[in-house]
Amino acid sequence: MDLVAGVIANGVLMGAVYALIAFGLTIIFGVMRVVNFAHGEMVVIGMYAGYFLWAAFDTHPLAAVLPAAALLFLIGYLLQFHLVQHFLARPAHVQFILFIALALVITGAHLVAFGPNPRGIFSLASFEVYRIGGLRLDAVRSQAAAAALLIVALLWAFLRASRLGRAIRAAADNRTGAAVVGIRIRHVYAVTAGIGMACAGAAGALVAPLFDTHPFLAPEFTLIAFITVILGGIGSLPGALLGGLLIGVAEAAAALVLSPSMKSVLSYGLLILVMLARPQGIIGSPEGQR
Amino acid sequence: MSAPVLEVERLVAGYGGAVAVDGASLSVGAGELLAVIGANGAGKTTLIRAIAGMVRPMSGRIRHRGEDITGWTSDRVCERGIAQVAEGRQVFPSLSVLENLRTGALLRRSRAREAANLERVMALFPRLAERRAQAAGTLSGGEQQMLAIARCLMAEPELILFDEPSLGLAPAMVEMVFGVVRRLHAEGMAMILVEQNVRDSLEICDRAIVLEGGAVVAEGSGAELLASDRVRAAYLGL
Repeated sequence: MDLVAGVIANGVLMGAVYALIAFGLTIIFGVMRVVNFAHGEMVVIGMYAGYFLWAAFDTHPLAAVLPAAALLFLIGYLLQFHLVQHFLARPAHVQFILFIALALVITGAHLVAFGPNPRGIFSLASFEVYRIGGLRLDAVRSQAAAAALLIVALLWAFLRASRLGRAIRAAADNRTGAAVVGIRIRHVYAVTAGIGMACAGAAGALVAPLFDTHPFLAPEFTLIAFITVILGGIGSLPGALLGGLLIGVAEAAAALVLSPSMKSVLSYGLLILVMLARPQGIIGSPEGQR
Repeated sequence: MSAPVLEVERLVAGYGGAVAVDGASLSVGAGELLAVIGANGAGKTTLIRAIAGMVRPMSGRIRHRGEDITGWTSDRVCERGIAQVAEGRQVFPSLSVLENLRTGALLRRSRAREAANLERVMALFPRLAERRAQAAGTLSGGEQQMLAIARCLMAEPELILFDEPSLGLAPAMVEMVFGVVRRLHAEGMAMILVEQNVRDSLEICDRAIVLEGGAVVAEGSGAELLASDRVRAAYLGL
């Protein structure tokens, strides 16, 4: 029983990080209506940032989160402002090609710069465990989950309460209306892309101590982010949170009940079920997917 | 004499290759209400959008208080105090009424006085105060028009561009819109009013222009145009 509880708990922890990744994907889609097919690559950039900060300064895994997020924010802002902006009015398949190209370029750059070999963070912290009753929780994972949830909560508050957050939500809701009230749409879009990719980067830094970093991890993260977002409801931020937790638990449960190599079976099964019963996602509204 | 609030000189604007506004000129003085009338496709909305910075003019000049603002983006135009009540109202449907109003105060020119302005527009439109927590998309057409006007006032504009504010509204709401325009006029607000409701807008305006094929074909006081045979035949069906 403790084993099951522990597996589920660790699944929830991983799910919190998935939620952060999906949050980034869904905010970019919700506001600009573009799909970031290079999202997993952004996660890997964050992982490398985490790895190299640890390798150079032996920092605590959490210390890499802010620098990784800042780096990806900058990348996201510049990408949107100077590149993606020009593709917003183009057909979806043209945008698709742009982002796939971006993904290939990033993976290629990783290969050239860092090589194909996995790089792992070895720290004593990774042996630490929190005991809560009979439950044993991996310390690094718990901290990553707590940080991920904190970031999601802060972003949520930012979108609700700040002036820029209000401008982002207004621009997402009605682009013409945003121009009418004088919102600087190009800047607001760039900030949104920056935030979305910073979520991926922060998540990358958080999982760097958990998985060995290598360039080809990216498609897996992209895929997980997609399942998560579709499960929760496209463009819905609470949906991303719920979807992340569900996928995390489903993976953990499948690894326990079936076998670790089959860990994705349940999440895909869940995806198919939701697509059949509620195509707009668990929380999503029908107009979320245009 | 000081420069007019807005001067438009031989403006040419359109979409793609198509010219919708073809050499129109106009000016709006302080506190003046200028009505723009014309048939569908005469270029009224494009004229408004070009002034508001949402369509880039192909040629011509737009000056605000003597300063050239031709080709400025909408955020800079708004920041100068030229606000728009756009065609189709353009509220934010999933944001609450209150949040919609607050988007009107994102500009640097008025953000410091957001609370006072909120109080003012809520007093002007008690209906909005009642529904402040409701999503704007659930409001009636007339209420959305109130919201669009109130949101525009949150920016403390000195010139308001009204584009078809009474379009598609019930008669009582049309009256409400004209009542608000009249009241703003009495308070000294400079306005451009584009309306298909020709008689009402000619009755309340100081001056009016008639647009045909994107150019100004007649100009005069509201009373003069109401008396002109051409306007009576083409726009009033008399």
